[in-house]
This record gives sequence, structure tokens and C-alpha cells, in this order.
Amino acid sequence: MTLTNRSKVVSNKKFSFWEMIYLPAIFKGMAITISHLFRKKTTVCYPEVNRPFSEVYRGLHVLKLDDQGRERCTACGLCAVACPAEAITMVAAERKPGEEKLFREEKYAKVYEINMLRCIFCGYCEDACPKEAIFLTNRTVPSDYERDGFIYGKDKLVETLDKRVDVSKRQTASVLEFKKDKHHKHNQ
Amino acid sequence: MLYIIYKLVLITIILLVSLGIAMYATLLERKFAGFLQDRFGPDRAGKWGLLQPVADGVKLFFKEEYMPNTADKFLYILGPSLTMLVALLTSAVIPWGPSIFIAGTEFSLQVADLNVGILYVFAIMSMGVYGIMIGGWASNNKYSLMGAVRASSQMISYELAMGLSIASLIMVMGSVRLNDIVDAQQGWNWNVIYQPVGFLIFFICALAETNRHPFDLPECETELIGGYHTEYSSMKLGFYLFSEYINMFVSSAIISTLYFGGYHFPFIDKLGLSPNVAAIVGLMIFFAKIIGFIMLFMWIRWTLPRFRYDQLMRLGWKILLPLALLNLAITGIVILATQ
Repeated sequence: MTLTNRSKVVSNKKFSFWEMIYLPAIFKGMAITISHLFRKKTTVCYPEVNRPFSEVYRGLHVLKLDDQGRERCTACGLCAVACPAEAITMVAAERKPGEEKLFREEKYAKVYEINMLRCIFCGYCEDACPKEAIFLTNRTVPSDYERDGFIYGKDKLVETLDKRVDVSKRQTASVLEFKKDKHHKHNQ
Repeated sequence: MLYIIYKLVLITIILLVSLGIAMYATLLERKFAGFLQDRFGPDRAGKWGLLQPVADGVKLFFKEEYMPNTADKFLYILGPSLTMLVALLTSAVIPWGPSIFIAGTEFSLQVADLNVGILYVFAIMSMGVYGIMIGGWASNNKYSLMGAVRASSQMISYELAMGLSIASLIMVMGSVRLNDIVDAQQGWNWNVIYQPVGFLIFFICALAETNRHPFDLPECETELIGGYHTEYSSMKLGFYLFSEYINMFVSSAIISTLYFGGYHFPFIDKLGLSPNVAAIVGLMIFFAKIIGFIMLFMWIRWTLPRFRYDQLMRLGWKILLPLALLNLAITGIVILATQ
């Protein structure tokens, strides 16, 4: 009885003369190796050449500002809840009078930390965010000598006004449709 | 007086060239391996990695000099020194090129024109195993000893077939002087055409003698953790690794001399060059042949897997030795019939 058609009958046949002297097989092998000399090399010479990233690559996060330069994040904690790796922590604070230029709504994240060693870059935080405040970008997390260096606070996550991070590539048509739906539910 | 000075200068140049070529053979090996495996090989130190051998040498010099406390101190140091010495000695009799004439005086590009050239090469090359054996024994380590034992048995097994293949070459040539052998191969009269089987046996044995793949059982990283040089570090290890490349260089030179016409090249006498220019061209052709053979050694290394120990012995004793004997007999019959 055969279970699959992949089984092969083992052949114990004696070598023929040409197989016995090995030389044809050796020359064949050498022809194969020398043909690789002229092939395209797979090495990416890293510091000079960067490996091309996908436009929707999920890398280092960014906390977006709105068009008037105010932080969008309201510290609702939905991203932390959604995070399967439990990499996100935050401490909420109330907006004081006179800080309207800095924060969009009455509540904001005083501390917002992502542990990049825990993060698996799944992008669920981005999906969960009702304020379109957090996005993953096509930047990578640089290496560090200390574990503490991988806990990214607001100083590293929030974009600056002069250096906006473009995340429009992440917002594909289906994503926009999805976000629109959430917009009605949460963000009126 | 001039003669002595000239020979000293020649010896120094040959020594430096051997070392330099061995140095850059390590880089060539790594580059070649990289390219055969769809990589670039080392390219960070200098342009195209040209400073890589220097970096490796500096690294080896600054490594900790470690000696196991159970090792025999004298033999432990003697091992790598002997390997290096023997590797360098062989190049003394190789005719590197035709003589150069300056102001009517002949300057031979050969350190010693021995009338027993081939025998000298053989005597020295078979001493190469002593360095490995002594080093492996003195390390007092089972892996080193295994490597040393393998090296010596391999050397003995393959030297016989090598000697016999050379014997049939000597029968054709009628001389053991390397100069005579080279001069008899002018034009297309390369010995490889008259002795193809002999060349094949000699080449396989040369691979075995230099401990190159697929006969690198004395080293055998996977089984013996480096074999005879497991316990060595710093420049002593460097000497072992380096002498392998010098051996490869010298073996390539001997193969080119014995079978591929040495510094001769077809049509070189038709170009109408002056003797000195022809000598330089011949020298360059000789080096091109040598580098070609070095690359062939490397090509084989990155193609073939290592032999098992019993396969190695079977190949040596049951195939190469009878084949060499047969070659000797047939050569003898042919010479007898044509005379």
C-alpha cells in the first residue's frame, strides 16, 4: 500500500565504469561551482547600500501631531490593550489651561513608552488607535548597548514640527475605509 | 663575490615573493570562496579587501601566546618552525625563468641548479609531515594526535604513487635536473601531453601532500577541531596556516615546471624578443601558470567534500598506486618500442 506518490525505491545498482572513476562527476561539480562565479551576488553591502523596504513596512513607531502641531494622543490606552506583546505603557494627565497649543484634547499622555525589545511590530496599536495618533513607519530601531536604551519615551516617539514623518503610505484604501468607520464611532 | 651577493639577493627576493604570494593567496582563497558561494568575500579592509591579509597577520601577532602545560615545550615550538622552514626550502631549486644577461654576465633565476632537482624536491616535501607530526604529538591532545597520525599515514600512502608518477616522467625526460626538464618542454612539448595519467596522479597526490581539500583529513575542522593545530595559537598557528599556502604555491610551481613547460610558452620564440625581455615575459608566464594552479586548488576545495579516512586509504593504495605502476610499465614499453 502506498500512502503518497512521493516514495522512491532505493536503488542498489552497482556503479558503472564512468561512475566508478568519479572524474566525470567531479568535473560536473566543478562546472556547477564555477558557474556561480558569474552569478549575481546576494550580498547587500549594508552601510553603503540599504536593502529596499516595502512602502508599508512596519518599523519604528511615530506619535503624530495634528495639522496645528498638537499631540493627537489622548492616552486612552486602547493601543496598550491591543498590544499582544504588552510593550506599551502610558501615564495620562489632564491638560492645564494655556497648554491648548500642545495637546489637542483635555487629556494627554504624560508618559508614553514602548519597549522596542518587547514590540513585535504587528501594527495592532495603529489599528486600535481612535485618534490616528500612532503609526508604524519604514524606519528601523537602531541597535543599542543597554536594555534601557530600547525603552522609547515621548522624546523619541513624537514627531517634531520641522521633521514630519510621512505615514500616508501606510494608509492604503482599505485602511482608510476602516479608519473612517472607527471615526464615526469614537471621534465625533 | 658578486656571485654570492647576487644569490643572497635572489634568495631574499624569492623568500619575500613566496611569503607575499602566500599572504595574498589567503585573500584570494576567501574571495574565490565568496564568489563561488554568491557572496563578495572580505571587502572591508582596504579597497576590495586588499589589506585583509595584513589585518589577519596583525591579529595573529597580537593573539595570546598560549602553551598547554602538558605539552613538550621544545617540540611544541619545533613543530610550526619546521613546517615553515620545509615549506620555504623547496623553492630553492625551482627555475623561475630563463637567465638574464647584464653586461655579458649571466644571472640565473634559480637559486641552486642541482643535478638531482626532483629528488631534492621530494626529500624536502616529504619532510613536511614532520612538522605536522611533531606539532600534533607535542600538543598532548587526542585530536592533535589523531590529526598528526592521519597526516603521516596520508603522506606515506600518497608519496608512493607520487614518486612512481615522477619516475615515469623521469624515464621520458632522461634527467632529474629541473632545468633540463623545463628546456625539453619548449613550444607545445608539455609533459602533460605525454604523461596525462602521470599528471593526474601527481596532481591528486599534490593535493594530498599539501593537505588541501578533499584530502584535508589532518585538519578536519568538523571531526578533529582543527587537528594537529588545535592547541596552537598566535603566530605559531599563523605559521601552520601560512605554510599551507606556501606549500600550495610551491606545489603549483612544481606542477607547472614538471608538466606545463615551466617558463616556456608556445610562440614565445617567434615574437623576436631580446633575451632579457623574453626572460621577464617567461617569468610572468610562469607566475601566471602558478596562480592558475593555485586557483585550481581553491576551485577543487570549494567543490568537493572531504574523503572519509578509509576512502582516502583505498584511493591511495588500491587505485593510485596500481595506476601509477601501470603508467610506469606502459611508459617503459613505449620508450623501448620507439628506441
